[in-house]
Amino acid sequence: MSAEIRTSDGELLSVKLRKVERRRRTTAFLLAAPLLFFIVFAYVIPIFQMLGRSVDNVQMNEFLGNTHNVMQEWDGTEMPGEDVTSTFFYELKGLVAEKNHGKIATRLNYEKGGFTSLIKKTARKLNDFDENGNFLDQFIDTHKKWGDIEYWLALKRGTDAYHFRKYLTTFDYEQKFDGSIERIPEKKRINVTLWLRTIFVAAGVTFCCFLLAYPISHLLSVLPTRYSNLLMICVLLPFWTSLLVRTSSWMVLLQKQGVLNDTLVSLGIVADEGRLELMYNMTGTFIAMTQILLPFMVLPLYSVMKTIPPSLMRAATSMGATPFLAFRKIYFPLTYAGISAGSILVFVLSIGYYITPALVGGAKGTLISNRIAYHMQQSLDWSLATAMAAVLLVAVLIVYWLYNKIVGIDNMRLG
Amino acid sequence: MALPKYTETRYRVWHYSYIIICTAVFFFLIAPLFVIIPLSFNAEQYIHFSDGMLALQPEAFSLRWYEDMVYGTKNPWGIAARNSIYYAFFATIGATVLGTVAALGLSSRYMPYKQLIMSVLISPMIIPLIISGSAIFFSLAKLGLAATFPGIVIAHIILGTPFVVITVTATLSGFDDSITRAASSLGSTPTNTFFKITLPLITPGIISGALFAFVTSFDEIVVILFVAGGDRNLTTIPLQMWTGLREQLSPTIMAVATCLIVLSTLILIVTELLRRRSERIRGISAQ
Repeated sequence: MSAEIRTSDGELLSVKLRKVERRRRTTAFLLAAPLLFFIVFAYVIPIFQMLGRSVDNVQMNEFLGNTHNVMQEWDGTEMPGEDVTSTFFYELKGLVAEKNHGKIATRLNYEKGGFTSLIKKTARKLNDFDENGNFLDQFIDTHKKWGDIEYWLALKRGTDAYHFRKYLTTFDYEQKFDGSIERIPEKKRINVTLWLRTIFVAAGVTFCCFLLAYPISHLLSVLPTRYSNLLMICVLLPFWTSLLVRTSSWMVLLQKQGVLNDTLVSLGIVADEGRLELMYNMTGTFIAMTQILLPFMVLPLYSVMKTIPPSLMRAATSMGATPFLAFRKIYFPLTYAGISAGSILVFVLSIGYYITPALVGGAKGTLISNRIAYHMQQSLDWSLATAMAAVLLVAVLIVYWLYNKIVGIDNMRLG
Repeated sequence: MALPKYTETRYRVWHYSYIIICTAVFFFLIAPLFVIIPLSFNAEQYIHFSDGMLALQPEAFSLRWYEDMVYGTKNPWGIAARNSIYYAFFATIGATVLGTVAALGLSSRYMPYKQLIMSVLISPMIIPLIISGSAIFFSLAKLGLAATFPGIVIAHIILGTPFVVITVTATLSGFDDSITRAASSLGSTPTNTFFKITLPLITPGIISGALFAFVTSFDEIVVILFVAGGDRNLTTIPLQMWTGLREQLSPTIMAVATCLIVLSTLILIVTELLRRRSERIRGISAQ
């Protein structure tokens, strides 16, 4: 058995070392802790809470809890019985007294169109009801829509505490009242188009950025520092300039009466009546996003290319490879790390792009973020907005995870 | 980049086309910015190069849009500028302090769950702003902080910290530990070592992270759209530009944009000086 090594104060060295290590771990963690807690409580948890809204229907369930419970017995094949209609009558009356019927009208309208007017009209006439009479008939008398069984079915499922139907809507599917899942009518399909467009634009912008960034990153990496620093300004100045400034410059350039069209007309390339539609469509979104995101591709590519010694290419050519072969076999594979870092960064940034498509894209060039903003701020269908946000978030996190696997967050560099 | 005399014609052609392609890409990157500057001096109300401007007649140029920017009543650019600077100032302080301290912990060899914690801290930079904006808005609204000054500053701190964490960790990754060990072996306390040795060495990284945080807050538009809630007194320059651009491109916006381009040029110069200083003190020759 080997002799136990002790420190000067008589403690076992192994124990002492472990203690020191534990203390260092604690110190390191305590340093990171303030920011970690701040981000978790002010950012990560709010995101989850917000995404919870996509399935959360608890408020409706509380407003119409009794109706919901009674309706569980009802199988939905024929009109609901008096137990359901009477419970609903009294509960609705209570809601009208508390002025909460507007809220349920809005929510129920997402389940079936026409509910807003239906609830409002019924609410006005509730006092005329004869509490000893047949409730269903009286409901139908106030509004003939109550005679349609689908409104009762919508009421039943619209009062579930949780639902996942908004995720179907996100992909243009709907759940029929008989439980089957179908695609919505072709005229109403918009979300799938937007998802595909977003992916297409993100992939296209990434590819264009790669094509444009590769030669200039190479040039920057081989030029003497004096010149490359000067040229680097062309990359860094747009990088540091406000996004809105860059977007407005593209608006100035691309408008129908804009600088680009003016130039083309004065050069006689395009007739004055035939000015190109460069803005308020996909072309505009595409061009502007490529220019705006290009620095994010150039910087990682440049930093990788800077580390490739020029002697490798010289060695390859000296052994008989043509410059093209040497590039393909030697240089290009060495830049994979930069390509993947840049591509993932550009892709992840463009998949959530909002400002530029909103200003330059018009109706034909908007992306999924703009749709989320529309539901958040205008249609106020927060469940749908958050369901779409959840899908977008999952997509982004997958790419983020890939980035982490391939490049490593530790290797992320800026500027 | 001169070619040797023996270069074959096809490689010569390829070489020159490569130069032309690169020039075109650099032009594509930088030219859009420079279109704005002359247009902001336009004497007319339309955003295009008038015949007078192209002929360089002095009367075709004017400073009226700059006057409108400063004294005009329609758009509160003054309030917007003041707010933008305030938000950015406080957000920068918050983000820099929190981010630097966290980066010190993250750079330690002993940091537990380093990858996981790093991913969480960087996430505000990766997650689409529309999601961040609405989530932050909902949580601030719950605390009664939506559409308030502190609320906006908190939102901007969240968005700014990843940049500080990344730049400071990058600076620390090239940090030579033997320097601090030398300091302690000479009898320096850990606190003393930190302030006398570590901090001066990583200052360029901290300043460049702070600049990132400042610019992030100063340019931020998506989150503020949600958080400011249309309150005119909380408006910022990007918010005013956004409203203006949605209505109509006005020459006043061109004037504001020109000022912002000047600002970003200044920032670029500062970062370049910092980079050189950082390379010098860390012994990397800048040539």
